[in-house]
Amino acid sequence: MGKNVWDMLLGFFAWCCAILLVGSMILIIGFLILKGYKAISLELIFANTSPLEALLFKQQVFGGLFPAMVGTFFLILLSIGFALPLGLASGIFLAEYAPDSIKKIFSLCFDILAGVPSIVIGLFGFSITVLLHHSFNSQIFPCLLISALSLAFLVLPYIIKTTQVALESLPLLLRLTAPSLGATKLENIFLVLLPASISDITSGIVLAIGRCAEDTAVIMLTGVVAVAGIPKSIFSGFEALPFYIYYIASEYSDQFELMKGYGAAIILLLICAVLFGISHWVKEWLTAKTRFSY
Amino acid sequence: MQHREHIAGIIFWGATALSAGVTLAVLGFMVILSLPIIKNDMILEVLTGPWSPDHGLFGILPMIVGTLCIALLSLVVSFPVSLGCSIFIEIIRPDKPGRFLKKFVKLMTAVPTVIYGFVGVFLLVPQVRGFVSHGSGMCILSASLMLGLVISPTMILFFSQSFARVPKTYLNAVDALGGTQFQKLIYLLLPQAWPGILTGIILAFGRAMGDTLIALMISGNSVVLPTSPLDSARTLTAHIAMIIAADFDSIEFKTIFVCGGILYLMTSFGIFLARFSAGKQN
Repeated sequence: MGKNVWDMLLGFFAWCCAILLVGSMILIIGFLILKGYKAISLELIFANTSPLEALLFKQQVFGGLFPAMVGTFFLILLSIGFALPLGLASGIFLAEYAPDSIKKIFSLCFDILAGVPSIVIGLFGFSITVLLHHSFNSQIFPCLLISALSLAFLVLPYIIKTTQVALESLPLLLRLTAPSLGATKLENIFLVLLPASISDITSGIVLAIGRCAEDTAVIMLTGVVAVAGIPKSIFSGFEALPFYIYYIASEYSDQFELMKGYGAAIILLLICAVLFGISHWVKEWLTAKTRFSY
Repeated sequence: MQHREHIAGIIFWGATALSAGVTLAVLGFMVILSLPIIKNDMILEVLTGPWSPDHGLFGILPMIVGTLCIALLSLVVSFPVSLGCSIFIEIIRPDKPGRFLKKFVKLMTAVPTVIYGFVGVFLLVPQVRGFVSHGSGMCILSASLMLGLVISPTMILFFSQSFARVPKTYLNAVDALGGTQFQKLIYLLLPQAWPGILTGIILAFGRAMGDTLIALMISGNSVVLPTSPLDSARTLTAHIAMIIAADFDSIEFKTIFVCGGILYLMTSFGIFLARFSAGKQN
């Protein structure tokens, strides 16, 4: 059977599109790496401070990326800390407790929240700060805590959705075994259903961590600053990698600063790629493990 | 024992209500904080006027137009490529190259937008400037090209997902009748999968509209109504990011809540549409 012209055109078009997409991504990443690989060094991160002293927070790092990396790390820790319990509980409720009609309304709510632009979430966080500033304590300003809280709102719908879908996709056989042996609903959820869907949930959480690491719009409005050093408390301003990259792109004054921007971009890209890899690996590896057990 | 079950149920319920409350609270804050503008009958002026705070004009029309232009153009750039890629994944080479492309596209979702913006500033903008030979190169076109790349994974994954959902028996029937791949696409896959394709387009449009960094970094942020793709423009999102430093009691500042409200309502409307069209395929 000879291929006809339309088929060949279709194949040609599809190949072109695939090559265009992959090509432009390679161009972007390649440009970044080619221009910036020279900047990658311990000095980029720690400047003139000794790495060990900096890591133990004994000495402030001036001019390096270390404060920004620590800021991003604390930001992730706090916002996942806020979002995780709330998201897990909501996901469990939607999958196991909610009747269909309520489930529909709530999941529409969370879809909308997932679609709200991150800058609007940031604006929300900012107005909460202003509200608190005026009505409770005039010492409250945009800070690490507010940023983390806003970021938590941003990733909350993802965590809820992953938990809900992971629980709902469990086979009926597994779902009924424990109750038929006399387990209560709560025991069934915590001892059977959650452990069985742990791989999907974990990989979703890791993706949420990636979003916390990369989002710039939210923290821009809620307390990130260009130079702050290591944050002293959750009520102080902080630095973060993605904001630093944005800041350098618009405000750099010399070649040296620009190179630091390239370095920061490569580091952030690496962090996100590693997180994505972990999420992927957790899914494959843990799924293989848990499937073996039932 | 019974007691514990009961409490756990209440906690789960409470958490869900709290999370849903956040969704409503965001809208509530936007509406309440833009009330001064609505009350003073300024809303029409704000929605349809030009932006010139020095002359007492606080219209956000240029930003609304800018947002729509950039989002639409990025969709126009990205849609054919995304469709081509999903055809590649599902029809042309479902074997190794297709699987590789799908993994690659998933990996693309992990790339931070600020990286696209950064490379846009130092690679794309100079190219566009050289090509157009006037202006700074920061224009609607530059932003749309970069944004097109950012939203393509959303579309590709949705398109190929809805292609894959077409029943295998239909595909076999086309093969058995001696249909070509092109016929399979035109007469079976596209008619069957169009709700999914529409859903993908709507969600991608929402992403394009909601993105801040790319527009802020490479669209030039001018407040004049754009007349061509080579003009600089400012989006609603970028406008919020730029005005946030203004005095809290100024009118300028209050308009950004109108911007936030508009963005919220437009994206929610998109979600409604997407849900409606996604429901069609099942």
